[in-house]
Amino acid sequence: MPDVEEAVAAAFREEWGQVVATLIRVTGDWDLAEECAQDAFAQALDRWRRDGIPRRPGAWLTTTARNRALDVLRREAVGAAKLREVAVLGRDEGPYDPEYDGEDSGVEDDRLRLVFTCCHPALPIEARVALTLRTLAGLTTPEIARAFLVPEATMAQRLVRAKKKIRNAGIPYRVPPAHLLPERTTGVLGVVYLLFNEGYAASSGAELVRTNLCAEAIRLARVLARLMPDEPEVLGLLALLLLHDARRGTRVDAAGELVTLEDQDRTAWDRAEADEGAALLETALRRGRPGPYQIQAAIAACHTTATTAEETDWADIAGLYGELERFVPSAVVRLNRAVAVGMAQHPDAGLELVAELERSGELADYHLLSATRADLLRRSGRTAEAAVAYERALELVENAAERRFLERRLAECRSA
Amino acid sequence: MKYVLLFCSPAGGEEQSPAEHADDPRFAAYFEEVRAGRVTGGARLRPATDATTVRVRGDEVLLSDGPFAETKEYLAGIAFIDVADLDEAIALAARHPAASDGGSVEVRPVWE
Repeated sequence: MPDVEEAVAAAFREEWGQVVATLIRVTGDWDLAEECAQDAFAQALDRWRRDGIPRRPGAWLTTTARNRALDVLRREAVGAAKLREVAVLGRDEGPYDPEYDGEDSGVEDDRLRLVFTCCHPALPIEARVALTLRTLAGLTTPEIARAFLVPEATMAQRLVRAKKKIRNAGIPYRVPPAHLLPERTTGVLGVVYLLFNEGYAASSGAELVRTNLCAEAIRLARVLARLMPDEPEVLGLLALLLLHDARRGTRVDAAGELVTLEDQDRTAWDRAEADEGAALLETALRRGRPGPYQIQAAIAACHTTATTAEETDWADIAGLYGELERFVPSAVVRLNRAVAVGMAQHPDAGLELVAELERSGELADYHLLSATRADLLRRSGRTAEAAVAYERALELVENAAERRFLERRLAECRSA
Repeated sequence: MKYVLLFCSPAGGEEQSPAEHADDPRFAAYFEEVRAGRVTGGARLRPATDATTVRVRGDEVLLSDGPFAETKEYLAGIAFIDVADLDEAIALAARHPAASDGGSVEVRPVWE
């Protein structure tokens, strides 16, 4: 019966994080929680074949996993007090009832607890990302290792260390109190954004597995948007990811070469995804509490709504980067603004801003500073100077696809 | 005269729990001093991988994973605290002037 397998696979994607999150709350043991969740999904394959697919797979899986945890704890002769605790804590969702169709009160909070704990700033950033993918998204350790191009043993070690630190250092399993919430929410969104960028930056065949990270990041952002519907920045992040993802397929051509935004085939952009992103952005902006993700999404939307590259409203984009700078006063934002100003007015206006950045010395080793200067010089017709700037960018670039792109531009400038 | 002894272990070495220390004959002389009252207090700390360093710069509480790393900092004092969880420990650490005076406060769990 293949539909049972499908149902279990679907339940895995939908419910894994929730089952693990609840089990961590009731047992306080991350490894046991994962183990029992895995066991529940394995049992589902057999039992659903025999008894049919339950109406509420999530509740079935949670109850099964919890019972399993009770068994394990009993076998390990854990103190009676702890057993009572697990039994009592588990009871607030009630016994498994196939006809029950109420709201998952408390259960959704468990996932939120899990997100905030996985993304606690006392954990190293790589561990936050790995732990979120493992416990919330349900990726296996080998899958995460492959996605981050590290040996499996290294990733396993990273996860073990992180769980150990949560236990030993006393990182609380909870949604942070109000005074910590804004800062910690920003941290959670940062992890999801980083995850997306890891996938987005992957462009060659060897790195193709990493593009799955984009899908995982979007899935996590959707979960967060459901869990924190009143946070405009959460919606802003989801909007931003969708708007970027809509263009993902056109960023690289069949030969694996980088295609600039200007030259991308706009008809191949995922319209539905871009529209969803734009609609979410509008909902977020209506709350009247703008933030860096909403502004970045607005910039991305300026691109996706332009039917041709020439139609792009660069003045609007330049204004948005100025706005973004208020929230994120970074040199990279100023560099992006320089590009937008150069496109909106004249390349020379952009070059002036680039020169300012160069004088500040902040991005001295950043290849995109030289590459931006080169591009603006090229647009200005100053090809000889552009070639020098491309050469400088080539000294600094690391990504192979970007390198080939810069080499092509350099060759164009030399032959002009 | 009161002194503090600072015990340092090589990174990546084998970690012994307090219970293992108690059973280790090499520690016998030390525990003898504890019993004699010349060692008045102390704690075995969790390894560096469980440490969190707190710095306050401007209004921001900055956390980093692991022990303090700035070579220009030196150990200036210690405090024992008893709080509910790491977030409370961090909040307490952030309120100490050392966290904002260009220094840092390392929060290290006591190994009990």
